[in-house]
Amino acid sequence: MKPAAFDYACPENVGEALTLLAERGAAARICAGGQSLGSMMNLRLVTPEVLIDIAGLSELKSIALVGGAIEVGAAVTQAEFLAWPDLASFQPLLAKMLPWIGHYQTRQRGTVCGSLAHGDPSSELPLALALLRGEVLLASRRGRRVVSAEDFQLGMMATDIREDEMIVAARLPVAQVGAASAFHEVAQRHGDFAIVAVAAFGDDKGVRIGVGGVADTPGVIDLKWPVDDTALNDFAWSLGGTDDQHATARYRRELVRRLGRRAIDEVRDAIS
Amino acid sequence: MRYLEAGKRHSVRFTLNGRSVEGEAEPRLLLSDFLRHHLGAFGTHVGCEHGSCGACTIRVDGKAVRACLLYAVQMDGRVVETVEGLANPDGLDALQAALQKHHGLQCGFCTPGILMSLSQLHDEEPKADEARIRDVLSGHICRCTGYHGIVQAALEVFGKS
Ligand SMILES: Cc1cc2nc3c(=O)[nH]c(=O)nc-3n(C[C@@H](O)[C@H](O)[C@H](O)COP(=O)(O)OP(=O)(O)OC[C@H]3O[C@@H](n4cnc5c(N)ncnc54)[C@H](O)[C@@H]3O)c2cc1C
Ligand code: FES
Ligand code: FES
Repeated sequence: MKPAAFDYACPENVGEALTLLAERGAAARICAGGQSLGSMMNLRLVTPEVLIDIAGLSELKSIALVGGAIEVGAAVTQAEFLAWPDLASFQPLLAKMLPWIGHYQTRQRGTVCGSLAHGDPSSELPLALALLRGEVLLASRRGRRVVSAEDFQLGMMATDIREDEMIVAARLPVAQVGAASAFHEVAQRHGDFAIVAVAAFGDDKGVRIGVGGVADTPGVIDLKWPVDDTALNDFAWSLGGTDDQHATARYRRELVRRLGRRAIDEVRDAIS
Repeated sequence: MRYLEAGKRHSVRFTLNGRSVEGEAEPRLLLSDFLRHHLGAFGTHVGCEHGSCGACTIRVDGKAVRACLLYAVQMDGRVVETVEGLANPDGLDALQAALQKHHGLQCGFCTPGILMSLSQLHDEEPKADEARIRDVLSGHICRCTGYHGIVQAALEVFGKS
């Protein structure tokens, strides 16, 4: 339950962090909030040679509106984002989802971008990124690139971040006028990882539903009004969940149908 | 850039419950272990060592966080508060006294962590309601009390302010 030995680096700026990443490659790990990395290291699931602590980098601390999206820097904690005064007006869905990420205590260290980098399939933020069709801004010594949500998360805890890259920010699109959203989650206990999480986002043309906790990556589908139970059932089956110690695949499908129906109806009622 | 090599001890200095403390730590030393075994501050308990149980919760720069997911070397220059800092010369602080009154603890293993979470909540949201208190307590596991006494104790203190 103690981590293996590692070098600890506290860069002064992103440039220094990128140089170290370029030099050390796979032997290095970015440490943001440490709320997932710390436990993985204590369990010796990962044993990095060097930890690059970016939590204190002021250039990664900003939350700003950039071209129709909320750009969240890589050192912004989940608690800071939740406390951002404009969150509920610019993207109510995020204001609904963020309180479900872990606990009061873990949100005060855990970052928005760290959750995306970790890529846990039952996490709320990867689901939000996928549903809102957000983007991730990556940087390395070679330059910067922007990756769409679809291309970013490749599988369970697998993302498109290369060895010498780090996330500098995530872009989460703001809600358009006339749009509505809903979020529901079932977990063993509030704050535990989702058994199934369903988010919905729609307007008068249709509704987009996203599901976390079932497949290796968040599943997203666009549906036209009216949405009948058959479409929802087909979607639940298409996610291809499996049995594990938390729930059976069948129970998960049932949750997708039930939570999905609830979320879809809420969106429909809110826009009509 | 501050670069601390593995296997070597590096000096760390921070404020613990209002006093400046100093010690030496390898990068891999958990803050929870540094507090207990280097500074002799045994009030902070250690349960799971992977962030789940909440026993090790302390406050760093005012925020209730897990000491088992922090390293001692990250604390340089910070303000750290643990359960030892709560009581005043006259005795227990209001939350501690209320926990005692409402049987909010039995073995007391979870208590220091719970107190540190509730103390931040009380500083920032002195009017927090039961739902909010329960939400904050969800970050702690108590095997003894069933939480009821803890919630009652918190409600008494939060209701008064
Ligand atoms: C008790 C408990 C309950 C939790 N419950 C939930 C939950 O319900 N839902 C949920 O979503 N999460 C949950 N979490 C995890 C959440 O708290 C973490 O904050 C999050 O998964 C990771 O964010 P972090 O900033 O702590 O990242 P870290 O732990 O520091 O890093 C996680 C991974 O991402 C990489 N990384 C981090 N930042 C970057 C970056 N900028 N660029 C490249 N790579 C990076 C790290 O190298 C590491 O591999 C829980 C954690 C605990 C301890
Ligand atoms: S010992 Fe830190 S949360 Fe359990
Ligand atoms: S009092 Fe025993 S664990 Fe809470």
